[in-house]
Amino acid sequence: MTLFSAEQVRRDVPLLRRNVHGGPIIYLDSGATALTPRPVIESMQRYYELSHANVHRAVYVTAAEATSHYEGARRAVGRFINATHPDDEVIFTRGTTESFNLLARSWGRANLTSSSAIVLTEMEHHANLVPWFQLRDEIGFDIRFLRVNDDFRLDLSNLDEVLRDAALISLTGMSNVLGTINPIKDIAARAHQLGVLVAVDGAQSVAHSVTDVQDLDIDFLAFGSHKMMGPTGIGALWVRREILDTMPAFMGGGGMIADVSLEGFTPAPDVSRFEAGTPPIAEAVGFKTAVHYLTSLGMDNVARHEEALTAEALDMFATRFGDRIRIIGPTSTEQRGGVVSFDVEGVHPHDVAQVLDQHGVCIRPGHHCAKPLMKRFSLPATARASFGPYSLSSDIAALGDALEDAVRLFV
Amino acid sequence: MSNLEDLYREIILDHYKNPRNRGELVSPPALRTEGFNPLCGDEITVYVNVSDGVVSDIKIAGHGCSISQSSASLMSAAVKGKSLDDVHKVIDTFKQLMTVHETSLDSDVEPEPVNLRALGELAALQGVVKFPVRIKCATLAWNTLSQTLSDAGL
Repeated sequence: MTLFSAEQVRRDVPLLRRNVHGGPIIYLDSGATALTPRPVIESMQRYYELSHANVHRAVYVTAAEATSHYEGARRAVGRFINATHPDDEVIFTRGTTESFNLLARSWGRANLTSSSAIVLTEMEHHANLVPWFQLRDEIGFDIRFLRVNDDFRLDLSNLDEVLRDAALISLTGMSNVLGTINPIKDIAARAHQLGVLVAVDGAQSVAHSVTDVQDLDIDFLAFGSHKMMGPTGIGALWVRREILDTMPAFMGGGGMIADVSLEGFTPAPDVSRFEAGTPPIAEAVGFKTAVHYLTSLGMDNVARHEEALTAEALDMFATRFGDRIRIIGPTSTEQRGGVVSFDVEGVHPHDVAQVLDQHGVCIRPGHHCAKPLMKRFSLPATARASFGPYSLSSDIAALGDALEDAVRLFV
Repeated sequence: MSNLEDLYREIILDHYKNPRNRGELVSPPALRTEGFNPLCGDEITVYVNVSDGVVSDIKIAGHGCSISQSSASLMSAAVKGKSLDDVHKVIDTFKQLMTVHETSLDSDVEPEPVNLRALGELAALQGVVKFPVRIKCATLAWNTLSQTLSDAGL
């Protein structure tokens, strides 16, 4: 086991040394984006200073280096999620959202017809809803939903029924609102027994726990770099190779072809088929450094650290605020990640966030791009605190102090 | 540095906790328009009765943050019983108040001063401009009222 120290991680993150409103910044919005450690920033700077060139084809030194960096990043990201073929199964995208658009446009369009059905859940982020609605509006398949119970867990009582004759189930590994961690392995096992493919939104789960696509036995995994302490602008769609080999190209252009003539084109046989145009090379370098950084911390350590903080936060809310604050999510740390949504009685989430900002405390108010879930719990919005590897107990205490101020002002 | 006190003036908190003209009017005959702030999920419904060129009654329904709710409440108090001419004037003045910030950020030219006295209690909302992300909250009710009147050709 590697030695994990949140204090050490903190020293690696330059932004945490900033002062805001005359005090230290208390960053509790890692669920939206995780702060970038210096090694990630420096690796991208090194690329621009020493190896900046376009990837593929060119033979000069820096171009070869850039290609090796880019393909090395693909391998590193593939290994991070324990892909069977780390060199050939990771498609780089702009982020989780583009990964789902790629999945719908490429796999979906080739495999779904007006008589097909897919399964989503009521707790999905819009990124795993809207691309499917767009495709459904074009070709007219059925979309079924797994509902969310009052205990903020998926209702799996009718799992077999919704899966029957479906082509795909696409669901989140961990809710970005509730913190609920879904039993992906069990759901995938049942789906596969019924001949249903499984796609997972790993935007939250990959950044906060060990992810092993072979162990989960899933078919697609969408995730993004910037929630994993990497740069914005890059993410990935991992696809099981047997399926990837059958998927048609996504966007067209340079870099995704085997041949082009005036008659037409032949797409590239490998993952580059999905990566038209100059890819985000510096971002890939940063993404690679980020997965190495997280690996050096140990994702099991990160998960344990954030679980401990979640327990502390739940305890802080209960002991300091009692009924005044309602947790919108499971109130135990069992199968739950470090994203804590809450509702302060009589204080709108925007006002909560505004008062907290004055204390340097960064949380997120809003619907968190999960409007159907908000509707499910009759909430216009929630306030959400979320943790990262650099979060400390003192952040939770500061959150509590600032919240007391908000309650004082409004109630 | 912008202080919370600039944003959450006592008048604003009072209108948030004790909103004026809260409720619904039978529509029709009342004009009715819904307004949404898609960023934060605030929703507002404005009901207006206009007779003889006067806003004879106004009611506000919906939910939102203290800024959107208090702004709606202050607006309802400011326009109720006023002639349409006066209502348009106060809408224009209020919108001007809410755009001062952007203008002063973008150029060195001093923006034309807003007649705060004409705004009465509404002037309490001027602190919102120091918090640019909240301006949309403050203008939601006003844009909805504008929409209602223009839809009815008033």
